[in-house]
Amino acid sequence: MVMRNFALVWLAVAAAVTAASGKDWKVIRFGVDPSYPPFESKAPSGELVGFDIDLGKALCAKLNARCEWVENDFDGMIPALRARKIDAVLSDMSVTEKRRQQIDFTDRISYSPTRMVAKAGSDLQPTAESLKGKSIGVEQGTVQETYGRTYLEPQGVKVISYQNQDQVYADLKSGRLDATLQDSIQAEYGFLKTPQGQGFAFAGPEIKDDKILGAAAAIGVRKTDGDLKEALNHALAELKKDGTYQKLAAKYFDLDPSAGPQP
Amino acid sequence: MIELLQQYWQQYLWGSPGHWSGLVVTLWLTVASVVLGFALALPLAIMRVSTRPWLAAPVWLFTYVFRGTPLYVQLLICYTGLYSLEAVRATPMLNAFFKDAFNCTLLAFTLNTAAYTTEIFAGAIKATPRGEVEAARAFGMSGFILYRRILLPSALRRALPAYSNEVILMLHATTLASTATITDLLKVARNAASDYYLPFVAYGLAALLYLAITLGLVWAFQRAERKWLAHLRPVRSDAGAPRSV
Repeated sequence: MVMRNFALVWLAVAAAVTAASGKDWKVIRFGVDPSYPPFESKAPSGELVGFDIDLGKALCAKLNARCEWVENDFDGMIPALRARKIDAVLSDMSVTEKRRQQIDFTDRISYSPTRMVAKAGSDLQPTAESLKGKSIGVEQGTVQETYGRTYLEPQGVKVISYQNQDQVYADLKSGRLDATLQDSIQAEYGFLKTPQGQGFAFAGPEIKDDKILGAAAAIGVRKTDGDLKEALNHALAELKKDGTYQKLAAKYFDLDPSAGPQP
Repeated sequence: MIELLQQYWQQYLWGSPGHWSGLVVTLWLTVASVVLGFALALPLAIMRVSTRPWLAAPVWLFTYVFRGTPLYVQLLICYTGLYSLEAVRATPMLNAFFKDAFNCTLLAFTLNTAAYTTEIFAGAIKATPRGEVEAARAFGMSGFILYRRILLPSALRRALPAYSNEVILMLHATTLASTATITDLLKVARNAASDYYLPFVAYGLAALLYLAITLGLVWAFQRAERKWLAHLRPVRSDAGAPRSV
């Protein structure tokens, strides 16, 4: 009896392992940090909403797969992907050289450069000279954090990182922070255009930096999962062709988030 | 891994002047909150055991609230909650205090550890043998002198083992500071992990450093117990004075 149970357990384990490494993707586990509207956030009901979520669902529908959403802090996304806790990162992750050394990316899903937000009417510029002695907030693990640590902190700017983007805005509003650095679409639709963002505005132009910031976001996948990448790319191309992608984008943004140069 | 060590060893240990981080910040938070908490807990414990309800009840409420809510929630209220109130920001002194993340964190930690320490000390005071108090009263001691000469020395001795636990738990609780943007040891580990994508090495290193501090604390408290609780140590019967049988 004991032996039989033992065998059953092994069978179950073997089945699970086979399912996890199966070549046809019946289930895709997307990692998401829902503190970044309009890309991903949580409705009061607890449901995940946003552009990335809708896009993920549309991709799953095209691939006849089931979407599973795994909430994860942004800075733990790549380790979670490599540890097979998730199969793909769909969380407005910018494509950068450094991340490319760790994981692979699909074709671009949105384009949104980095911009700084500060009190409306402030004359702060996103440069080390202008920000010297000021406190700027970034989310932990983002390209904006790396940018701040690389270019601003050595010049005497206080770069403070937070677990989630919500906390960054909370401290900007309370006055602990002089400015924040984040994705411009996120800032515009997730903060400035909401009642929360009253009295705040973009400060300075888009920050251009190909090496650290990048600008295009894509879905991150493991380097060993070439088949998943191909399947997602194929589905994405179809969504763009049949107009679903444009329809979803229009639901959340005024502009076309796929505008701009290819990564 | 070598690269991570080369890049981050200094941040793990002390950072740089003006940008303190890692071990130094964790130690500073622990020591400051434990010392301030001790200073608060001593008078509070005496009030707690008082027979006068107007002295004892407020302290009971204080320890009940701070031991009955998670430290994480207390920290969030201190750091995010209070500073979001217009009244706090409009008062220059409160504004200056609560704007600084370190002050908020230290306040929450100090009040929390003070609540637990108060209960530990109050329990120890209550456990004082009646005979000791009676003898002291027979010598004409009362009030302040009774506490200073008899009650506190023996109560603090008796509280030592429980208190050492509280200090070590406080060290572990400082990891919450990173949620209030303090660059303590855990925060540096998070930075290193997200920079090099080597979470095992990054967090493992932090764990080793926490272990090292705990080891130091355990050693220090053992020495203290040997010194102040010497009368409780078992004495070998063949050592010392000859038995008078």
